[in-house]
Amino acid sequence: MPEALTAEEAANFNESGSNQSSLDGVTIPSSHLSWRDLVSEAVIALTARPARTILTALGTVLGVAALVATLGLAKTAGSQIVARFDELEATQIVVRPPRNQSNNPNAQEVNGIPWDAGDRLQRLNGVVAAGTKSDVSVGEALSRSVPIIDPQGQSEFQIPVIAVSPGLFDAVRARLSTGRVFDDGHNERGDNVAVLGPGAARRLNVTRIDNSPAIFLGENTIAVIGILEDVSREPELLNAIIVPDGYAIERFGLSVAGEVHVEVEIGAAELIGSQAAIALSPNDPELVQVSLPPSPRQVRSAVEDDVNALFLVLGGVSLLVGAIGIANVTLVSVLERTGEIGLRRALGATRRHIATQFIFESAVLGAFAGLLGTSLGILTVVGVSINRSWTPILDAWLPLAAPFLGAFIGLVAGTYPAWKASATEPISALRNG
Amino acid sequence: MTVPVVELDGAARVFPGTPPVEALKPTNLVINQGDYIGIVGPSGSGKSTLLHLLGLLDTPSSGVYRLDGIDIASLTDGERAGVRSARIGFVFQSFHLLAHRSNVENVMLAEIYRPDSRKQRRERAVAALEVVGLGHRLDAFPTTLSGGERQRVAVARALVGEPSLLLADEPTGNLDSKTSAKILDLFDNLHRRGMTLAIITHDDDVAQRAQRRVQIKDGVMTDADRSDA
Repeated sequence: MPEALTAEEAANFNESGSNQSSLDGVTIPSSHLSWRDLVSEAVIALTARPARTILTALGTVLGVAALVATLGLAKTAGSQIVARFDELEATQIVVRPPRNQSNNPNAQEVNGIPWDAGDRLQRLNGVVAAGTKSDVSVGEALSRSVPIIDPQGQSEFQIPVIAVSPGLFDAVRARLSTGRVFDDGHNERGDNVAVLGPGAARRLNVTRIDNSPAIFLGENTIAVIGILEDVSREPELLNAIIVPDGYAIERFGLSVAGEVHVEVEIGAAELIGSQAAIALSPNDPELVQVSLPPSPRQVRSAVEDDVNALFLVLGGVSLLVGAIGIANVTLVSVLERTGEIGLRRALGATRRHIATQFIFESAVLGAFAGLLGTSLGILTVVGVSINRSWTPILDAWLPLAAPFLGAFIGLVAGTYPAWKASATEPISALRNG
Repeated sequence: MTVPVVELDGAARVFPGTPPVEALKPTNLVINQGDYIGIVGPSGSGKSTLLHLLGLLDTPSSGVYRLDGIDIASLTDGERAGVRSARIGFVFQSFHLLAHRSNVENVMLAEIYRPDSRKQRRERAVAALEVVGLGHRLDAFPTTLSGGERQRVAVARALVGEPSLLLADEPTGNLDSKTSAKILDLFDNLHRRGMTLAIITHDDDVAQRAQRRVQIKDGVMTDADRSDA
């Protein structure tokens, strides 16, 4: 046995003994656990079994990640949807004749849209392009491309005919696959020319225009000068034979313009909307009806609310599951550590110290899970944004608040196990451990 | 004349119930400074209750317990824990070392509930390990030690801060006879240095090493030396 016992040490033992023998008036120090010790005990306990710690935290990690990703993606997606609206809807105005009044069966008499509506609106500052578009009634007339009789296939079709002013092609952002669109000259002269939508071209079997193809509309011969590839608005044009207003007035008795499509610059929609009615019908602006795009702000909040409500519920459920996970494992660990709890009591810990230690451990674990979950959530938002070519948008408070949420969850989850730990009877814990 | 370390004056512990259980009948016991006392008794004799009381983990339901002259009944829970931390060193049958901490960290654990400064905590732990002859295994982990070595680490933990009373509960219960002898040698050594020891055991051979023995049976304490003689 060690005899390495110096005289000084022996003296120390004796001295301390004699000091303690006279205690009257000496204040008795309470048991005490410093913050630094509390923190280091929690860190040591959590790092002693890293695999278990990480598995315990997993539920909360996923919950916080889901929550952060949900809020982030809702924000991001909401902003992207608005951006798409900005591009198409927010720059579109449609002017229509007013709805028919019930006591006025001859409704077309009150149509205030003039044939030169496109030109009139074009002069307004902020209008990119404008043109009229009217459905043409061709009666029973069928369309065909060549005057041949094919007994095996259908060669005559009922294809809608739409009369437009040249400005409409720009207003609907039409793209040509081949040829050209008609111009003001064609329109004024009432030339028998047409631009085909791709659907109509396929049915009429017109694939090229360099051989000057013609189509027959009833008894009328029309020269095809262009074929569309696509339009951004008014997709009915894709299946139609598109002719100039002038030709439709002359040949099919088109009497009034149907509607005016206007492409405006971003942000100009509201202003142009108020000016368009006066420009088209200065004597009686009530005779036209202007449709404006929905306000971007309304769109944004509507989208965000829907998406958020749904996914926040999901995130909340994951958090609940995470909290139960922490509570469960902490409880198991309390049962495993009864020996340690008894020892700590013997070393001077009060019940409160034991409870504080366990609750602090689970709070630190929760904060760690929150931190990890926040990082995962942000990575998800960034990853999805890269994938969809979106701009990731995140509220600044979110990554800052999420670790605290995790700590709070750990705190709540640790309450019952901590109480259980503090209620452990020290001597039985020490005997059984 | 110094104040005794332990002074039980008619201390008893009754657990309420129907009928109430009188785990420890009114008992008088004095352990003086530097005493080495063996408390012997079979299981169920009231040893646990006595250990609770002596270790300040419980308070007597009647009678008085003075530790170093302090009447335990006058203390708050926090103060009692403080006195326990500063004045009583526990040694247990199953050592209760934390597996994930090195020996010196296990010994340092003894001080975290004390208001002492953290600065010399490691120095004091090293000194205590040197006293038990483990100065060369400071940073080893308890899992790599033999049973006897583990118990010596536990004794070192109990010695840190120089307690008034070393309270050992079946300290050799998990050890073979050879290592038991070494631990008892260590206790003898501490006794010679002036430490006050109380060893609770069911093993007469262990109690024989003590300077003085008392027997406890069915909650009644008797002076074993007197009856033996």
